[in-house]
Amino acid sequence: MKPAPFAFVRPQGLQHALEALAADPGAKVLAGGQSLVPLLSMRLAAPTTLVDINALPDLDHVRVDEGGVHVGALARHADVLASDHVRRAQPLVSLALSHVAHPTIRNRGTTVGSIVHADAAAEMPMVLALLGGSVAVASRSGTRTIPAAELYAGPLESTLHHDEIALEATFPVLAPVDGIGFEEIARRHGDYALVGVGAIVRVEAGTIASARLGYLSVSDVPTVVDVTQALAGELSAGSIEAASEVALRQLEPADDLHATAAYRSRLVRVLTARVLRAAYDHALDRARDRIES
Amino acid sequence: MSEELHEVRLSVNGVVHELRVPARRLLSDALRHDLGLTGTHVGCEHGVCGACTVLVDRRPMRSCLMFAVSAVGSEITTVEGLTEQDGSPEGRLGPVQQAFAECHGLQCGFCTPGFLTTITAGLRDNPDPSEDEAREMVAGNLCRCTGYVNIVKSVLRASEIARERR
Ligand SMILES: Cc1cc2nc3c(=O)[nH]c(=O)nc-3n(C[C@H](O)[C@H](O)[C@H](O)COP(=O)(O)OP(=O)(O)OC[C@H]3O[C@@H](n4cnc5c(N)ncnc54)[C@H](O)[C@@H]3O)c2cc1C
Ligand code: FES
Ligand code: FES
Repeated sequence: MKPAPFAFVRPQGLQHALEALAADPGAKVLAGGQSLVPLLSMRLAAPTTLVDINALPDLDHVRVDEGGVHVGALARHADVLASDHVRRAQPLVSLALSHVAHPTIRNRGTTVGSIVHADAAAEMPMVLALLGGSVAVASRSGTRTIPAAELYAGPLESTLHHDEIALEATFPVLAPVDGIGFEEIARRHGDYALVGVGAIVRVEAGTIASARLGYLSVSDVPTVVDVTQALAGELSAGSIEAASEVALRQLEPADDLHATAAYRSRLVRVLTARVLRAAYDHALDRARDRIES
Repeated sequence: MSEELHEVRLSVNGVVHELRVPARRLLSDALRHDLGLTGTHVGCEHGVCGACTVLVDRRPMRSCLMFAVSAVGSEITTVEGLTEQDGSPEGRLGPVQQAFAECHGLQCGFCTPGFLTTITAGLRDNPDPSEDEAREMVAGNLCRCTGYVNIVKSVLRASEIARERR
């Protein structure tokens, strides 16, 4: 099918884009189009105006500083994934990105677009939430920063206002004592995952000082679960099982077309064990590298 | 209500075209219907099959997920643009096209244009892929006929042909 008619503007400046967006309550931002265009073609969305932001200047940056990994609204998934600076500063971003769709989709789709699209089955909204990142947004009345914890309102629903454009997402850099892990199961390579799990584990003097898990595709929003208490300082079959229980209580997996709740719960257990071990080992490896260098 | 038309300058395979299209004209439809470049095929029209893949500023992208009005200022390469100049009027097949012909990399040919563009860009980034890398290179494209074995062979053969021609 083809999209319904819409008015189209391709502003060269941010102010013009913000005004065009504010002028029509039925307007929507067009970034990479890798989520929006299918919705238009299937007539699941019918905005009256599209504000194409691809000609806006100075938004395609991928920058790392002590404040974090900064990804501009026009940086494509592929650009972020290709950056060695990003991989060193926050390896979870790179690891998760390698699971986002196929390279051809990543060449056009933007990481910021994926984050504000707020699909609970997408990798990057979960990663931003797990790491405690944020999104900077602009409207005609100024800019504000939305912490990831306040970004997701419901399925495919972010807390951006209709007249706001997201300018940049910021992911905190990985602290020296932290390690990360990420795993997902999809039916086909490159598909959206049935379940995906990310972990960030802090190890101090050989014991686990904190551990957080992020889940995608299990509930209808990306979900972060703190399992520090359940692990009680160490990884064992028992403590990992306890962590999975805490997660499942918060997640409440449901049946859908793609998997039953029982199967999803099973995947949650299996993947939780894998990512906790991976993140713990990663933290130990990093500690060892620090001692050697 | 008559729909607003936009003047669009599209640069395709090195030739600049001027067209007047509604904003909702997909790039795939602009190529096929407005420019008559029917080498680009349309299968699923929602980004999954890869048949419509073209190169936008040398990177493979789905032409069914872009609007023609968003493609201004970009250089687009379709399967028609993969032919190489060799002095003859039609030119000769590019290395990837030649390899598909030699290795029986296509049957019905519906998926082929998307594979050819994707592999052309893939070999530019990785001119000498292993078999696993060749398979990975085509993992985002669907083919209902070949079972992919000969497509993977074609990727490896194309890399040889490109080397021989250099
Ligand atoms: C075949 C296929 C497979 C895919 N598989 C995956 C996958 O496995 N995992 C995954 O995470 N994603 C997947 N995707 C989606 C892909 O990651 C998209 O790139 C991403 O979800 C949206 O980014 P975009 O730039 O294309 O946004 P668009 O499609 O342009 O926009 C998406 C939504 O966000 C809004 N928006 C975008 N940018 C801004 C901004 N700067 N400010 C305000 N609003 C904005 C738009 O208005 C729209 O509502 C897949 C897509 C396809 C076609
Ligand atoms: S027609 Fe574009 S991906 Fe299938
Ligand atoms: S050759 Fe028929 S779909 Fe690939």
